[in-house]
Amino acid sequence: MVQYLETDVLIIGSGGAGMYAAIAAADHGANVLLLDKSIVGRSGATIMAQMTVAAAVGEEEPDDWRFHLKDTIAAGRDLVDEPLAKILCQRAPEKIWQMEEWGVGWARSGNHLTQVHAPGHDRKRCVYVDFLNTGPATARTLRNQVRKFDNIRRVSDLIVTDLVLQDGRAAGAVALHLETGQAVTIAAKATVIATGGLTSMYNRNSASANMGGDGYALGLRAGAELIDMEFVQFFPIGHLAPRMTGMDPIMWDPFRYKLGGRLLNGKKEEFTQNYGAPEDGKYVVTRDAATYAIFKEVEAGRGSPHGGAWLSFEHIPEADLRAAFGPVIDKLANNGIDLTKMAIEVAPIAHYHMGGLRTDDSLATTLPHLFATGEAVGGANGANRLSGNAISETFVFGELAGRSAAALSHSAMPDIHHAAQPFLDIIAEASNRAGGGMTPTAATASLQTIMAEDVGPFRTADGLRRALDNLAQLAATLPELPTGGAMAFNQQLADWFGLRNMLVVARTIATAALARTESRGAHQREDHPGLDQAWTYNQVVRLDGDDIRLFRSEVRRLAQEELA
Amino acid sequence: MSERLTTNLKIRRGTPGDAEAYDVIEFEFEAGQSVLDALRWIRSNRDASLAVRYSCINANACKECVMRIDGRTGYACTTALKPGEMLIEPLPNKRLIRDLVTDTLPPDERLA
Repeated sequence: MVQYLETDVLIIGSGGAGMYAAIAAADHGANVLLLDKSIVGRSGATIMAQMTVAAAVGEEEPDDWRFHLKDTIAAGRDLVDEPLAKILCQRAPEKIWQMEEWGVGWARSGNHLTQVHAPGHDRKRCVYVDFLNTGPATARTLRNQVRKFDNIRRVSDLIVTDLVLQDGRAAGAVALHLETGQAVTIAAKATVIATGGLTSMYNRNSASANMGGDGYALGLRAGAELIDMEFVQFFPIGHLAPRMTGMDPIMWDPFRYKLGGRLLNGKKEEFTQNYGAPEDGKYVVTRDAATYAIFKEVEAGRGSPHGGAWLSFEHIPEADLRAAFGPVIDKLANNGIDLTKMAIEVAPIAHYHMGGLRTDDSLATTLPHLFATGEAVGGANGANRLSGNAISETFVFGELAGRSAAALSHSAMPDIHHAAQPFLDIIAEASNRAGGGMTPTAATASLQTIMAEDVGPFRTADGLRRALDNLAQLAATLPELPTGGAMAFNQQLADWFGLRNMLVVARTIATAALARTESRGAHQREDHPGLDQAWTYNQVVRLDGDDIRLFRSEVRRLAQEELA
Repeated sequence: MSERLTTNLKIRRGTPGDAEAYDVIEFEFEAGQSVLDALRWIRSNRDASLAVRYSCINANACKECVMRIDGRTGYACTTALKPGEMLIEPLPNKRLIRDLVTDTLPPDERLA
């Protein structure tokens, strides 16, 4: 038996962007169905963010959203979709105050919000919640708001496997209920993809379990376009060693620029200046530059013992460490880490995806009635995201996508009983494949290795072609991979659907990376070093049958007077 | 590199109504690794059918991986592995779904 649900607005994914979109859509009168493949408001990337949020609220020193926009465009290496970035920077301050009104509790110094100077910004612009609590506080605040609306229905453990079209529009989805293995059909007047990025496609990442590029694959298969897929941001100083649990692996960054943590090579010498990015005692080296410097240092045999760099706070007085880290010092002690006596090891890890669904200024994708929000949106960050912009875009793009989708509530409810059938058949077939051999869970690990080895931050034509071959071989095994058959909470089946999505998204990254014969931001070609002005284009990806089609598109710019 | 340690995880398996059954799986680890590290390794390398709820993996932010470890309720992601044997079971006070997964959802978030 297949359940059949109807809603005005279907939101797939319930991190910060999905929840904010649900609130906005419900506030505009729409009935909302908010889904998560894990637990609503707990899974996804937002809750893991221990970091800062960029917004020109000007609390610490005078600021203007135009300065924030200028920094965002500069960080994006000339590929930023400027109208989208303008929306992000202009509306971020009002969202910071909205969150404050909802009780998020931004850190304060006296009577104003505390703002720190994060890498790539021209001034102190980034707010946060103490201590390392930005993500959990954000998620909790939005969960509380979502619960206030009777017209938001939340459903956890529901995995959307395909979007369904009717008359050339997005008209809902089919989904697999993890607990029971039942298929569900969902008719929707408008659909919002809020599934985050794709970083769990890499074996070393800062992602939660469900950041496997699902939304990109759902959109692609339904006919939507993706943009900037070659730009995967690696976070330069992800935690590497010793093993540390109970903390986000990207936690070191705010302390590095708050306290001045020193980045050192295996010989305990500063090295970023050898790659054109001196620390100058300010510790504001941008992410792409720091990633490059660490990779090159390791390659030259000057890495730390586990193959990264040292991060040292040993020169900071203990009292200053205690003041800055607060109770985090005790969590570190539980992991056997005493920063006054030892450096820790860090290395670049997959952290964020700049690319995503191609949208207009209302966050409508190229497929009618389909919207994107949060990290799933491509373009606003160009070739490299500015530190602190990810949570800002969950707020701003969340609100915008929710409002845009709600505006379609007056349209007729689609009837997708018939159109859903081929996709229900896929669920039925996949659910019925017991048997042995390589599991989709193990195959996913193979895909992560392929991506890390040949589609990481440093790429060559040979490596990218090898990756595409390896991905094709893995894809050929997909129809036969055993899913365990019918059982409750069948994660092996969930892994199969996740791998199915990863395989198509991985090809879009490798294909776009192979075509871009230059180095820019997060995309570095060892065989094409240096930025090439002739490549000041965005690349757009479309799926044609099983083939990936690549197009060039002019970067969308603002008029000069809008930037002044 | 730190030394390799060994533990045998005794893991409760099955759905409501099944006879009580445990799998014992050996796992080699480095000091500091978590119970969740072991359970994820088992899913990728030994038995993908093991049901275990988790999301954030490492940060102890999502609070999804709550279970019974050596008779005490705790998070698999922050409980350090210890050499010898460890007993891993689902929460006793929640409706069992399968293996280590129990119904921990708010009642109004279930697919009715």
